[in-house]
This record gives sequence, C-alpha cells and structure tokens, in this order.
Amino acid sequence: MMKTLFLGATRGMGRALSRQMVERGDALHLLGRDIEEVAKTAADLSATRDRLVTFSRFDLDEPQKSGEAIEEGINKLGGLHRIVLTAGIFGTQESLETSPELAARVLQTNFVNTILFCESARVRILARGGGQLVVFSSVAGDRARKPVVIYGATKAGLSAYLEGLDARFKREGLDVTIVKPGFVRTGMTRGLKEPPFAADPEEAAAAILRGIDRRATVVYAPPIWRWVMAVVKRLPRAVLRRAAF
Amino acid sequence: MATQKGLAGWGRVFGEGEELASEDFEELTRHVNLSRGLGRSYGDSSLPAPGDEFVATSRLADRVLSFDSQTGVVRAEAGLSLHRMNRLFWPAGFASPVAPGTQFITLGGMISADVHGKDHHVMGTFGRHVESMRMRIASGDIVTVSRTEHSDLFRATLGGMGLLGHIVDATFRLQPIPSPWVSIETQRVSDIDAFMAQLKDAARSFPFTMGWIDTLGKSRHLGRGILMRGRFADPSELGSRRAVPPTLKRFRVPFAAPSWLVSRWTTSVFNTLYYHQHIPAIRRGIAHPESFFYPLDSVRDWNLLYGRRGFTQYQCVIPEARGADGVRDFLRLVRDAGGSSMLSVIKDCGDEGEGVLSFPLRGTSIALDLPVDANTASLVASFNALLIELGGRIYLAKDRFTHARDFERMEPRLGAFVAIKESYDPKGRFRSAQSERLGLGGD
Repeated sequence: MMKTLFLGATRGMGRALSRQMVERGDALHLLGRDIEEVAKTAADLSATRDRLVTFSRFDLDEPQKSGEAIEEGINKLGGLHRIVLTAGIFGTQESLETSPELAARVLQTNFVNTILFCESARVRILARGGGQLVVFSSVAGDRARKPVVIYGATKAGLSAYLEGLDARFKREGLDVTIVKPGFVRTGMTRGLKEPPFAADPEEAAAAILRGIDRRATVVYAPPIWRWVMAVVKRLPRAVLRRAAF
Repeated sequence: MATQKGLAGWGRVFGEGEELASEDFEELTRHVNLSRGLGRSYGDSSLPAPGDEFVATSRLADRVLSFDSQTGVVRAEAGLSLHRMNRLFWPAGFASPVAPGTQFITLGGMISADVHGKDHHVMGTFGRHVESMRMRIASGDIVTVSRTEHSDLFRATLGGMGLLGHIVDATFRLQPIPSPWVSIETQRVSDIDAFMAQLKDAARSFPFTMGWIDTLGKSRHLGRGILMRGRFADPSELGSRRAVPPTLKRFRVPFAAPSWLVSRWTTSVFNTLYYHQHIPAIRRGIAHPESFFYPLDSVRDWNLLYGRRGFTQYQCVIPEARGADGVRDFLRLVRDAGGSSMLSVIKDCGDEGEGVLSFPLRGTSIALDLPVDANTASLVASFNALLIELGGRIYLAKDRFTHARDFERMEPRLGAFVAIKESYDPKGRFRSAQSERLGLGGD
C-alpha cells in the first residue's frame, strides 16, 4: 500500500488528487494549517472506508516545524513512500503589483518556505533509504509572461530548485517529480479568463496520478500543456511583449 | 460559441451575472443574495436578480462530513453532486432516495428544487429524506433547521428555490439497495389513454416508472411512446457484471449546433423513428444505472444541440382528478400550438410533499423541451392558461417564461410561502431573476 504524506489536500487540485489516491487504496496523512478544515477533508476522504485518513496541523508559514510535522506523519502512516505538496498562494499580477505585502507573502510562501519544507522532506526521505517527493509548481514557471510576473517567478525558482534536487540526490534514492498544472478550474482560478485547454480538477488529477506513479521527473496536466509550453518557451521576447497571455 | 457573456441556466438563455466559487462556500454566502449549484435548473432560477451582480456556487464545497454505514444517514456540504454521491455510496450498498434525470446536480440544488424522480410515487420528493440543514439566513446568522427547529423555514426551503437563505450543509437519509444495477422492462404504448393506464399499473409493482411520449403524433397516435419501469436488481440477476457499475464514457458537443437541427420537422422524424425502433413486445434486461436514470448525461453539454438561441423546458403536473381527458386536452394544445418537443417525458406523481412550494401533486407530470424563438413566451402563456383551468402547476426549476399573474392563479400556496419568507427575510434580501419575475419575494 502506498503511504503518502499530503500537504494541501483541503482545496483545489490537492482535493481532487487526494480523493483519487484514497479511492484506489492509498494511505494518507494530511497536513494543513486550519485543523478544522483538515479534519473535514479527512472525514470526506474516509467517509465510506474502514481505514481512517489521519491528519495533523502544519502551517507552511512556519517552515521550521517541517521536520516535526513530517516525523509525525511517518509515525501515523507507519512508513512513508511519498510526500506530496500542493499548497501555495496565488495572486493575480494586478493585485501583486499594487500590494507589496501580498507580493512578499507569495514570494515567501511559494519559494522560501516551500523550499525549506522540501529540504526537510529530503532529509527524512533519504534517511529512510529513499522515496518520492512530488511538488506542485506551475506552467507559469516555464516562461515569464504578463499575467504571472511575480507568481511565475516563484514557480520558476521552485522548478529550478527541484531540478537541482533531482540532479543531486536521484542516485541516493530521492525521486523528485515536478507537477506543472496548466489552467485548471478550481477556486484558485475563478474569475480568470479561461484559456484553451482548460481542465476540470478531476481530469487533471487523473493525469497527474498517472505521471507520479511513473515517477516522471516533470508532469504536465493536462498533458497537452507540455506542447503548449514548448511553443511558448520558444516565443521571441517581441511576441511576449505584445501578447495578452 | 459556447462562451456567451453572462450567466445562464441549462436552457442557455443568457442573462446578466457572474458566478463566485470557493471551497469555503459558507464564507461566500455572507456576500451574495443567491446561491446556485451546477446550473442545471433550466430557466432563471439560479440567475441574480436585476441589480445584483453575483451568485455564489456551492460546487467546490462538496465534502461528505459524516456517513453512518448502518443507517445510511449522510451529512454533507451543499455542493456534493449526485454523481459523487453515487460513486461513493453505491459500493457501500446505498443510493440516493430519489432518482432525478441527471446526476450533475448538487445536494443544495436537490433540496431547493425539492427534486423528484422516476420513483416519486413511492419515495416522494428529496425533501422527505432530509433531516436537517444548516442555513445562512438573511440576518447573516447560521441556523440549523429541521422538522422541530424553525419548522416553517425548513418546509419553505424544500422547493423554495434558494429564496429563504443559503443551504450550507444538510443531513439526509440514503436508501439501502440490493445492487446499483437496474432490472428494467420497456414497452411500446400506442396512445395516451393506454399510456396512463399502463403507468398506473406499473406503479403498483415497480419503484421506477416513466415514459417518453411523441407529442406530435396524429390524433390516434397522440401520446404514443415508450414506457419504462424498473427496480434495483438483485445480485443474483447480475451474471458476470461487476458489483459496482463502471463509469460510462461521456461524449462532448463541441459547439452550439445550427438552429435548424432541432425543428418541428426533424423532431417529428426523430419521434417516429424512436417509437418504431422498439419492438412491439416487452423488452426486459439489466440496465446500467447511469444509462437508465441519466440517459442524457452521456452527452455532456447536450444543451448545445439547441444552438445559440437556447431552449426551455415546460414541465407541469395535471391533477389526477382531471383524468386522461385533462392530459389529452393538454397534449392536443401542445400539438396544435406548434410546440415541437423531442422526447417529451410523462410520469405519474404521488402525493404532495411537505415543501410549501414543492412541485409534484398526485397526477400526471409532462415535460416538454422547446427551442426558444419569438413565440416561446406566448406558447408558454397558452399552456399556462389551460393548466390553470385544469388546476395544475408548473415546476419552477424549469421555468423561464411564465407571467407573474399566471403563476399567482395556479399557485394558491404563494401567500403562505411569502408569509414565511417575510418573517425570515423581511427586507427581501434573497432573490433571483425568477423570483423577481414571478413575485416570489412578496412585493
């Protein structure tokens, strides 16, 4: 049985992905900031199952407590195969440009604190002889564009870190998977203009689960975004300056 | 194109408005005067009233909060879809207590429209199986309502179209089932008199009954169609089938179809073919629950087949006291007035439920899909005129074109509803495009 420690299952992509994991029989320990919310999500995931989904409190804005939280999860699960992190903050470029406080929060949470958590996760996984670290980055990190200047920068930095982690520790047994969702219709993206190839969370989660089970290094979801971004990455600057996306 | 501006119900007649969505639906409801689920009501029930910009959707708040595998009692957030309910609880030996025609509806929507299904004559409406709800009412408070706490508010909320407050979560009872598969019998029926007799007969021994009728047939064929009846199958009948039915593949309609696709002529051809594809004898078999209960769900966005102009569904119930004559008169009017409906649905309803404005009453329900054009409003008005004479009523979850004065004439319960609404929502905060059109909020 796959034993997974999951940070971010209460909302959006994390909710859809954790449901599909539980449905096929994976054991989950949830970490989250708002313990009441996490408890409700755990109840939902285990509603029709005998085995309980366990949970404990952890706030990504207190990265110094990462190690402790991961240890507790490992104890509850009685082992560990995989750590999944979907948590993060999104802000529209407009809101980030007008609020330095919000910009600081997004930069801090998505980049600094996420990496500090991953460092802690790396240490625990390697100490156990290996395992998989699955982290949600974004297609926004593949190429800087008008609507995602600051958010995209946090994700670009995160993707670069994860790539480095793979280079450095793959041989010691750390499987790093970077997940790059395209546009998925969740609470995070509500109100944004929908681009082509927008997907529902269930559809995206199914593709992601296939990818991480394969231990792919990079998973685009839905998969078509790999090709979309391959084109976007090659667009000349002059085009990006004029383009609306 | 599929992306017209504004907001629409399932019938794709667009109006002003924008949807707010969040996993924290309870928080969202502080800020809006109306909520919606998956947008499957056909008309303007889930569209904001003129002057209101936003409507909150519960669709992302879809968690099951508790489930008792002994009693089948579930507590869940308002956005839990019937689709997810089926997938979660079929393997546990339970099903929704009522069987509506689509599974892409939410718990909150099922309560607000007090939905019924093929099993209405046995199970009543969904509201009968609801034990309690947590609601955000006009004062901004969250209150628990049930048959013993705020019982007037509870009854008005069943079928109250969201006009008493926002349902945040609800506790309801599932029904235990022998298996999710359905043992069915289908039969060709040659006219409306035979159809009504057969429906009545089938209701005695089957929990699921309904029929598809041809409303364009010449006199002697009027109301001919296919009768369906069924019950949950016993595991011994399943043969090599899997205990839990696999999810069926769904097809997509890529864009709005040209408007000639659904015309009186194509409808007439389709209805005739559909009638004759069924052999004269009774057919029996085990059906996949998704294809039996939700035949149209297999085509995602089937509403696009009606093209850019959209369509409306006219659903009414004609009291049993008016007998087959009343139903025949109504079908004649539909045919002569030029209402070309593809696959109209007929169903006998059981007793009226507790909901103050719930739709079903003992009699015959008829549902017609009508493409929208310049004449739709007058067509609906002519149907309503006869319906008032017959003592029947319309289903608010489908309506887009009824006039306030006609609604008042067919709805003697309106006063009681408005009185409860005014006591909980004296300033008329909760409103929709439909409630403003029909005078559901008082003045």
